[in-house]
Amino acid sequence: MESQLPAEFNVNVNHEKCRKCRRCVINCSFSAIEFKDKVTPNSRLCVACHRCATFCPENAIVITENPLDYKDGYNWTPEIRKNILKQAESGGIILTGMGNPKPYPIYWDHMLIDACQVTNPSIDPLREPMELRTYLGSKPDSLKFDADADLTTELAPQVKLDIPVVFAAMSYGAISLNAHKALAMAAKRLGTLMNTGEGGMHEDIAPYADRIIVQVASGRFGVTSKYLNNSAIVEIKIGQGAKPGIGGHLPGEKVGEEISKTRMIPVGTDALSPAPHHDIYSIEDLSQLIYAIKEATDYRKPVSVKIAAVHNVAAIASGIVRAGADIVMIDGFRGGTGAAPMIIRDHVGIPIELALAAVDERLRQEGIRNRASILVGGSIRQSADVAKAIALGADACVIGTAALIAIGCRVCQKCYTGNCAWGIATQKPELVRRLNPEVAADRLCNLVSAWGHEIQEVLGSLGINAIESLRGSRERLRGVGLNQEALDILGIKHAGIGQ
Amino acid sequence: MKSERIPSGCAISGLMSEEGRRIDGSVIIRSIACMHDRSNGLGGGFAAYGIYPKRKEQYAFHMMFDNVEAKVATEEFFKDVFNVDKDEPIPTHRENGVSNPPLLWRYFLEVPENKLEFITERDYVMKIVMKINSEVEGAFVASSGKNMGAFKGVGYPEDIGRFYKLEDYNAYIWTAHGRFPTNTPGWWGGAHPFTLLDWSVVHNGEISSYGINKRYLEMFGYRLELRTDTEVIAYLFDLMVRRHKFPIDKAILALASPFWKDIDRMETERKRIATAIRQVYGSTLLNGPFSIILGHNNGMIGLNDRIKLRPMTVARNDDMLYMASEESAIRAIAPDLEEVWSPRAGTAVIGTIKAEVE
Repeated sequence: MESQLPAEFNVNVNHEKCRKCRRCVINCSFSAIEFKDKVTPNSRLCVACHRCATFCPENAIVITENPLDYKDGYNWTPEIRKNILKQAESGGIILTGMGNPKPYPIYWDHMLIDACQVTNPSIDPLREPMELRTYLGSKPDSLKFDADADLTTELAPQVKLDIPVVFAAMSYGAISLNAHKALAMAAKRLGTLMNTGEGGMHEDIAPYADRIIVQVASGRFGVTSKYLNNSAIVEIKIGQGAKPGIGGHLPGEKVGEEISKTRMIPVGTDALSPAPHHDIYSIEDLSQLIYAIKEATDYRKPVSVKIAAVHNVAAIASGIVRAGADIVMIDGFRGGTGAAPMIIRDHVGIPIELALAAVDERLRQEGIRNRASILVGGSIRQSADVAKAIALGADACVIGTAALIAIGCRVCQKCYTGNCAWGIATQKPELVRRLNPEVAADRLCNLVSAWGHEIQEVLGSLGINAIESLRGSRERLRGVGLNQEALDILGIKHAGIGQ
Repeated sequence: MKSERIPSGCAISGLMSEEGRRIDGSVIIRSIACMHDRSNGLGGGFAAYGIYPKRKEQYAFHMMFDNVEAKVATEEFFKDVFNVDKDEPIPTHRENGVSNPPLLWRYFLEVPENKLEFITERDYVMKIVMKINSEVEGAFVASSGKNMGAFKGVGYPEDIGRFYKLEDYNAYIWTAHGRFPTNTPGWWGGAHPFTLLDWSVVHNGEISSYGINKRYLEMFGYRLELRTDTEVIAYLFDLMVRRHKFPIDKAILALASPFWKDIDRMETERKRIATAIRQVYGSTLLNGPFSIILGHNNGMIGLNDRIKLRPMTVARNDDMLYMASEESAIRAIAPDLEEVWSPRAGTAVIGTIKAEVE
């Protein structure tokens, strides 16, 4: 049956400019452009990935939103109507990719940062040291010295970050090996970390292992003793912001030779990550896994636990810290994904800003904030978000979508199709080849270093020269347009209030 | 002539006899008065060590009360938590331009033994200080240490000094502060020094990391309700030196820590210590412009921020150690000096009392 769904976009080709080089046809991985005597778009298949427009040498392609008007209806939006049509045709759960695009409040954009004037001088980061170095890992309550003033406390393992921005967990499978290579190379060069996600570690990125967080998720793909020990940090993935409480599913067609080896599953079989870990049904089970991993790594690796930001996140995080985690990674409801049911992605979880504020405050009230580092992600879009997150109490931020955008992603939300025209969220060799790992690594380094410079500017304007003087310093944030309850949860005052 | 006011920040001065010789308060008044223009008449104060030798085993509480009700409430509270050995008004001289002082009273207190079953004596006293300051309306603990006291108020420091008749006190350490408040209102309790137990801090500058210093201290039961950034300094020293038992030089490595680029070049053991201190105590780093003089029963410490955004000069002569915002304030009381220098950014000058003092 022919679909009743109207096209989302129109591909407009200017045939006067077009010189029929067919580059667009070759580049379109969604079969939305054919060549029939002339370039002929099938707009219905266009996802607005911009690959054709970017590579058209004559600038002859313009992609517009299909201006199809719907009868006005505040309640029955075009999107809702289209989703109903889709489900009426397919009978299935609507799949989607990337993070929640819905217009929920973005709290980052309702917080403003302080600056110095007169009484405390601002500091010029071009003239003075401006320190961003951060160490992830559990810190003791205090340090002890013996009578000779020698330090007797042995610290738990600490992982150094030259900049408090870490690449988010994205599995080999969800994204391509070239994307993984780019992230690993950039992490090494930047002095930060990348995260394998739950798909195991391909041997090509093993040389970067001291800059890699390896994940242990419910599917346990690729988890071996070597995998755990060949890492900077081991992360137990409980949940993901885009799909809290939901497992993962890498379709068998994506499981080729290399992924099969890396994940340790047969070629062509579906890689299913169950919703819960089948050995974790309570906090004490989590504690057992944390310590099993610590035993397996001889207590030389910090163990992180990643959770989605849900209503009771503060109490959950407290439990995780008490269960022995060295790092708590919280993923907000806007966090990205390679594939998730739209209902979950768009309607489950809470904003990372509120989750972070609640967790940091709870851990402080319990006097255990030092026992674990807090990493946050879930739509960190710019360096300002990083600075605000750190002021709310995060040790560092993780970026997934922002990193992918840097290497070509156009956020078309079609990761789950495996047709990514930019060679990122695909396993098709002819598409993967489009992503040059060296070039992509350069772009990632550029992005993160640029953010580093911007964060240094913010610190300088705040009159401080070390990131730890911003960390948790909510006094330097003010809210705008927030109600009292939100201000209380964020632990900040409204703009206009002095000290 | 009406002088034009330039917000140049505050003035601090300190002097100490390493031999524990006692010096009367007129000397420190002369020193701080020399920097009159660095204050604006909205706050001045002094800390003095060794002033109550006959009662040196007792906690000397200098109290400020807004009204008699606050005094009555505090005394009721003291009856429950201390043995009050003696109480008396703090002697003052009423005719010298200091206006509207609160009710000033001092108490010599002992901790009943039965209170110390589950807590150390000084933690016990600290909790009481916090409780009075945050819960007893109109009452404020100006100082709470043994054999020491803080004398402070709203006015120019030299006027405050004469108001409290400091020439009648003899101390082996004196510190002084003239205030040019910009951030917090001028109120008697808000003048420097800030104290806790025998710690006292006089501070020129602003702690831009106040927000996190405060939240860190709150994790350890400190309550910061004095509307000023200076109290965090006193409490951080209390936490690190008294409770976490840090040697003073190690505490300095946290509060004004070296830059990573310098730590990375240190020899192995020193690097291990400095790195661990920054990793664990990053939230205690005092960031922003400051010069401070910290007093305690066994010495005096001068410290600048990591990039020296506030002035500090140090000098020595015989057994005397001097520290001040300006050299002139030292020369005013000790024209002949063996040694005068400006300490490097983030480098503490640690003066220690050598003799056993009474």
